[in-house]
Amino acid sequence: MSVIALDHVTLSVGGRAVLREVSCAIAQGEFIGVLGPNGAGKTTLFRAILGLIRPDAGRITVFGRTPQRGDAAIGYLPQVRTLLPDLRVRGLDFIASSLHGERWGLPLHSAHARKAVEATLAAIGARELAERPLAEMSGGERQRLLLAQALLGEPKLLLLDEPLISLDQRHQESVVELVRRFARERGITVLFSAHELNQLIGALDRVLYLGNGQAALGTVAEVMTAPVLSRLYDTNIEVVHAHGNIFVLSRGRNVEHSDHLHDHDHGGDHDHEHDHRHA
Amino acid sequence: MLEYDFMRNAFAAAGVAAVVSGLVGYFLVLRGQTFAGHALGHIGFAGATGAVLIGVASVWGLVGFTLAAGIAIGLLGERISNRDVVIGVVLALALGFGLLFLHYYTAFAAQATALLFGNVLAVDRSTIVTLLALGVVTLGALAAIMRPLIFVTLQPELAEAKGVPVRFVATAFMAIVALAVSESAQIVGVLLVFALMVGPPATAQRLVSGLWSGMLLSAALALAEAWLGIALAYASDWPVSFCIALLSAFGYFVSRINWPARRSTATQG
Repeated sequence: MSVIALDHVTLSVGGRAVLREVSCAIAQGEFIGVLGPNGAGKTTLFRAILGLIRPDAGRITVFGRTPQRGDAAIGYLPQVRTLLPDLRVRGLDFIASSLHGERWGLPLHSAHARKAVEATLAAIGARELAERPLAEMSGGERQRLLLAQALLGEPKLLLLDEPLISLDQRHQESVVELVRRFARERGITVLFSAHELNQLIGALDRVLYLGNGQAALGTVAEVMTAPVLSRLYDTNIEVVHAHGNIFVLSRGRNVEHSDHLHDHDHGGDHDHEHDHRHA
Repeated sequence: MLEYDFMRNAFAAAGVAAVVSGLVGYFLVLRGQTFAGHALGHIGFAGATGAVLIGVASVWGLVGFTLAAGIAIGLLGERISNRDVVIGVVLALALGFGLLFLHYYTAFAAQATALLFGNVLAVDRSTIVTLLALGVVTLGALAAIMRPLIFVTLQPELAEAKGVPVRFVATAFMAIVALAVSESAQIVGVLLVFALMVGPPATAQRLVSGLWSGMLLSAALALAEAWLGIALAYASDWPVSFCIALLSAFGYFVSRINWPARRSTATQG
């Protein structure tokens, strides 16, 4: 049985169809790299899998059911991560806030819950973050903390929306490696969105490439071809292999890389913020 | 000084208001909504003067107006990107209305000063009972929403994805802040609610990073500053509100100093 199945799914945001008639199935334990230009619908797809938005047409099933908001079997790292700039709260309390954070009453945590938080931090080598306030953490440390939280509570499916943004190359590699190892040991299905295929190339099983309202799911060799990507970018695409890396070029310009720069220039992905607000 | 009835009343009233303000203020500072808290004080001024004008006790005008305004601010939510501007404009309008109400009730100057700057030495027993009842309601409501409030504050996107009613929690919290402002204004006045609602929690957050330890330290600091403020006023004959504001600012700026010992632990960790 597939963990996620899309059957002729159309998703729209603010009246604009982002994905049209997309069908695909993802099996248990797969590590899927989710790629595509800004506004291609990566975040929208994640939000649909989480049950936050309903498809206009078609049917999505997750673990064989229609997705329900608040499914504890899904670990999620949102892309828009509003972090208050001067948050003087320690890492442990930050992560623990997501443990049944939807319940009413006082934020009392059992010794068992506290152990689970510490064990997850230890599993990703971030134990020292538990006692430090967020205001004193670097971007990479915060990202690891958020990752720890997504892994908390023994999820069966991980949706990681651009976890590599604002990390340098060394940290990018360690995050990818960490997720891959953690997921493989536990048989967790991973959807990992990124700007560039090369960030994930050693870790992923298959690629889900989104663009132009369409989607292509397959191995790197199947998806990363000029005809497939030209269809998704709606322009002439050249795929260049060099030193084990794959570059997606349009008239000699690296389209994946230019997206990335664009993000940094504006301090955030505008299209996705847009998604977020209207969905 | 405790042999005087009015001093005992002052300590009791200030104690109740300080604990409520310290606890609610902790979340106000954590959420970065201190300006909204400030605005609620000003809006409360219009409510209080308006209430007196129509012959109702000022505290109920204060509670009614701040509560309505707090809920309105909560409902506006994060959608309005220049929320500070909206709040600022409404704040000015509210003070203007307060002045208008005073204009029609000329014998009111002394009470106006009491509203603006507090008059804890004039608190009577029935006011203490009112403060206590309001305090119990405020803290009860805070306890009921505390868990999702922390989640929504620290990770709004994830909280929404996990099915937390984000808008409801934010609005309920602003209503709680409105009640706490009404309490605090009885002691230090609407213009100085920051002294109890922002100073102590901001100081606590600079000193400790745990949620529970921060909350408890914030309440303890607010209580200590309020009581020491009254004692200082008694000894010096300065206004109580000035003494509390002074201690609040002093505590905060001392906590901001980068003590050599603290700096070295920060670089180690």
